[in-house]
Amino acid sequence: MISAYYFGAISLILIGLYAVLVKKNILKILIGLSIMETGVNLLLISIGYVSGRSAPILSEGIGPLQAVDPIPQALVLTAIVIGVATTAMALSVAIILYEKYGTLNIEEIRRLRG
Amino acid sequence: MMLKRILAIFMILIIGFWLAKGLSGIPFGADKMLVGKYYLEHVKDQTGAINAVTAVVVNYRGFDTLGEVTVLFIASTGVAALLWRKRRERTAKMEGSVVLTTGSKLLFPFIMIFGMYIFIHGHLTPGGGFPGGATIATAFLLMYLAFIVYEIPHKGFEVTEGLAGMSYVLVGLIGLVIGGYFLFDWIWQTWKLGTIGKLISGGFIPVIYTIIGIKVATELSGIVDNMLKEEVKE
Repeated sequence: MISAYYFGAISLILIGLYAVLVKKNILKILIGLSIMETGVNLLLISIGYVSGRSAPILSEGIGPLQAVDPIPQALVLTAIVIGVATTAMALSVAIILYEKYGTLNIEEIRRLRG
Repeated sequence: MMLKRILAIFMILIIGFWLAKGLSGIPFGADKMLVGKYYLEHVKDQTGAINAVTAVVVNYRGFDTLGEVTVLFIASTGVAALLWRKRRERTAKMEGSVVLTTGSKLLFPFIMIFGMYIFIHGHLTPGGGFPGGATIATAFLLMYLAFIVYEIPHKGFEVTEGLAGMSYVLVGLIGLVIGGYFLFDWIWQTWKLGTIGKLISGGFIPVIYTIIGIKVATELSGIVDNMLKEEVKE
């Protein structure tokens, strides 16, 4: 049986993918991308988990044998920042598109371009 | 329309099945550490930090962080380039209530201090430069949302951002001169400054995280500033 964390992460990725495939509004597509990114981060973090162990901060009482894997957490720290950066870029493109075309519907934007 | 949704759901279920099938080979909660074990065992004597995550981010895999900072810098520049206008002004019309404005003024220094606390103690507690910088940017966002005339000092912010980025590379270059490779931890490896677990420890992690915190704070505030302003129609 698959773990609840893996299941949740896969579900988030798939919900985001569904939004990207089906939705017409650019903002909804961006929300879908953000949800997908959250799912990927949750998946990475849950792969690094070791049952019964604590956070990898080696203060007193927590030695190297009582800590979880630090590498996925470092990776996710990077991934979150990159996600924020790409979302900010995409949102400013959405602002420009609305100013230029007066709509955020991708099909109408395609039609206006001709 | 309906057909498209059904097709999408069908395809997504197939993708989900294959993802789950692949992941079922990776047991949840089992010890899968290879390199992670080495990092956990050597993090204290090699970097002087007790937070293994920030030690990996800044010290062992410093190039990742440099790339990450570059990505954030490019995003901030890109947002500024996309939303560039000759005359830009805030278009908010309503001033917030007295409770909101007074409360934000009161909260602003506390959020700033807490953000600085997070990035200065990156080697001891959870957090580091990026969460701390984002917290400080939240303080500026609060001021932007509470006041209609609030404006960050642009010139100063942009110069600070550039200087912070340059000093990160400079710290790495000093390591290149002293230790032989870029981003070599010269403060810990050559001087062994401070005791492990106290504030003065962790080699160059607090130094670099302070730089990153300032950079992230100014960048995110700049992005917020660019997005809140609109062109003035004459």
